[in-house]
Amino acid sequence: MAQMNMLHAINNALDIAMAEDNSTLCFGEDVGHFGGVFRATSGLQEKYGKARCFNTPLVEQGIIGFANGLAAQGSRPIAEIQFADYIFPAFDQIVNEAAKFRYRSGNEFDVGKLTIRSPYGGGIAGGLYHSQSPEAYFAHTPGLKVVIPRNPYQAKGLLLASIRDDNPVIFFEPKRLYRASVGEVPEEDYQLPLGKAEVVQTGSDITLLAWGAQMEILQKAEDLAANDGISCEVIDLRSILPWDVETIANSVIKTGRLLISQEAPLTAGFASEIAATIQQECFLHLESPVERVCGLDTPYPLALEKEYVADHLKIYEAIKRSIHY
Amino acid sequence: MSSELYNDGPVVHKPTFIDGTSVEIPELKILKQDGSVYEGSDMPDMDEELAVKVYKTLAFHRVLDERMVASQRQGRLSFYMAALGEEAASVGGAAGLKDQDMIMSQYREQGALMFRGFSLENFMNQMFSNEKDLGKGRQMPIHYGSNELNYMTVSSPLGTQIPQATGYAYGQKLQGLDAVTLCYFGEGAASEGDFHAGLNMAAVQEAPVIFFCRNNGYAISTPSDEQFKGNGIASRGVGYGIKTLRVDGNDILAVIKATQIARAYALKENAPVLIEAMSYRLGAHSTSDDPSGYRTREEEDKWQANDPILRMKNWMLAQNWWDEAQEKSLFESLREEVLAAVKVSEKINKPHIDTLITDVYDVPSAQLEAQLEQVKAHVNKYPEAYPFTAGKF
Repeated sequence: MAQMNMLHAINNALDIAMAEDNSTLCFGEDVGHFGGVFRATSGLQEKYGKARCFNTPLVEQGIIGFANGLAAQGSRPIAEIQFADYIFPAFDQIVNEAAKFRYRSGNEFDVGKLTIRSPYGGGIAGGLYHSQSPEAYFAHTPGLKVVIPRNPYQAKGLLLASIRDDNPVIFFEPKRLYRASVGEVPEEDYQLPLGKAEVVQTGSDITLLAWGAQMEILQKAEDLAANDGISCEVIDLRSILPWDVETIANSVIKTGRLLISQEAPLTAGFASEIAATIQQECFLHLESPVERVCGLDTPYPLALEKEYVADHLKIYEAIKRSIHY
Repeated sequence: MSSELYNDGPVVHKPTFIDGTSVEIPELKILKQDGSVYEGSDMPDMDEELAVKVYKTLAFHRVLDERMVASQRQGRLSFYMAALGEEAASVGGAAGLKDQDMIMSQYREQGALMFRGFSLENFMNQMFSNEKDLGKGRQMPIHYGSNELNYMTVSSPLGTQIPQATGYAYGQKLQGLDAVTLCYFGEGAASEGDFHAGLNMAAVQEAPVIFFCRNNGYAISTPSDEQFKGNGIASRGVGYGIKTLRVDGNDILAVIKATQIARAYALKENAPVLIEAMSYRLGAHSTSDDPSGYRTREEEDKWQANDPILRMKNWMLAQNWWDEAQEKSLFESLREEVLAAVKVSEKINKPHIDTLITDVYDVPSAQLEAQLEQVKAHVNKYPEAYPFTAGKF
């Protein structure tokens, strides 16, 4: 096992994917020689050549349209969108094309080999255009898979699974943790399952659920609650679409309480979908309403970022609210 | 109106390709680096007063960029984007307009806003996201804007302002205003789909908009030969049926001249113009970038010798409109003023907590009001965790 930060782990996964299949390509803005603005693709052009790892012109709709074409042709494209905030010019290519390619052709054609990587999320003083968490837009689109890792080990295993999965996958990377999150990561090839949540810590009083960078915040809140003698079960959803209803429902049947935290704004965020499903699956087991601790229903601010975000103190307060309901 | 296809070219009976790079585009140059003027040049309409104002703006630009990059290095500022070596393109563009013309910029055209009179304090308050920032502390540094100065607030997503400029200009035309819209963007942003949408619609809808491309050779690390093939951005104007002009972007006289005639044409003919200003991004893309990873020192040195500010200074000296004593005192006082302004602005309070929910809509919704009340109660409970707003509402 090696110590890796999340960027190393992602770079390592891309390296494995490119080595095993010479139809695998990595491309996007500044992705080639420079290795991407965060250096996730460092060294790949040197190792695999300019034909397989390259800079594209600055056009997100072009990057994903091009990737759709490659995937339909049988290649395995891994396209990078430099920031999730800039994915929207490609919305049509993702939502109307990638997601519906197989369905509309009766499986004559598909773009299952497509993976889209993009850094998302706040906490880096990025303001409204370098902080967004747009997973819910894509979770509303049948045909896509949406995956978000919480640490380097998860990032490598989930990214390899995403690249090899036979459906288009959007892989959102928590950029705040790119260098901040360091951990043991096997050098060899491994995969973690898509569509499966992971129980990170077992507990009996309340289920805490999040994904990506928000997991770290959830753990901090759990520490505070533990000091009060509250036993929390902590779950990382990992896959937003499709999501693991069974693991969450089983946990809530046990604890009787659920708190979901997401970075994105409250209204119509993915937490809302989870809350609706869990109240149906676990109605008679719930001791209190499902708590959602989320960003405010505003664009992501800059100066007042601290006040806006779903931080550990807001989650801690919500845990107590749920317990003492 | 006609839906007939036209063909001005000769009819042939053997297939002949037109070469993709065959469009020949002249480049307007008026001022040489030594401050002398090319013989037979059409000079811009500029008297001593305007020339001094332009030069002082360039100097202010250079000093502000220098000091703010240094402030970022010292950890006082989160982020900055300098325009080192290409200041003439933005300052010259604004100097060729009238104050009532709208400017829609990308993010490296602070020079245009300086020329319009945005104060040092305004720049600082935006960069330090304090309560005096016109943008209410919501955007990263350098995302300026001013309704009063007809300068649209900067948006980070690239190229989005291009079709907006077309629409804005069409509105100006419809209302019969003596005003056009000038839209800045880089050669990288010209790859976005919005570029096509904006230019094609401007030609078809006959909008008085000046598309001003700053071709500075790089989009972050991506050099222009990995961005596009063909003869620059200017060659595309021809395809859209748009009057097009290429200009030396480091030649302030040529930039002003080009913008002045573009404005006159756009207004008189109700038609768009494309200007491509050739320059070079001497600095990093932003303070988060390090160009040594993707280009050579030799390449930078070559462009260092084309400094647009030194070029204008040489011309000003030759005109007897400027002297070395003025030069020294201007730069010294600018450095002092900027440093003093940093010290003031960084201490001004952050915006009031109520600004969390204002301007999302014209009036905050009931849900937003409720969310704000929850945040306030929470801040009161944990004041030490929210030092910018605790105890201030």
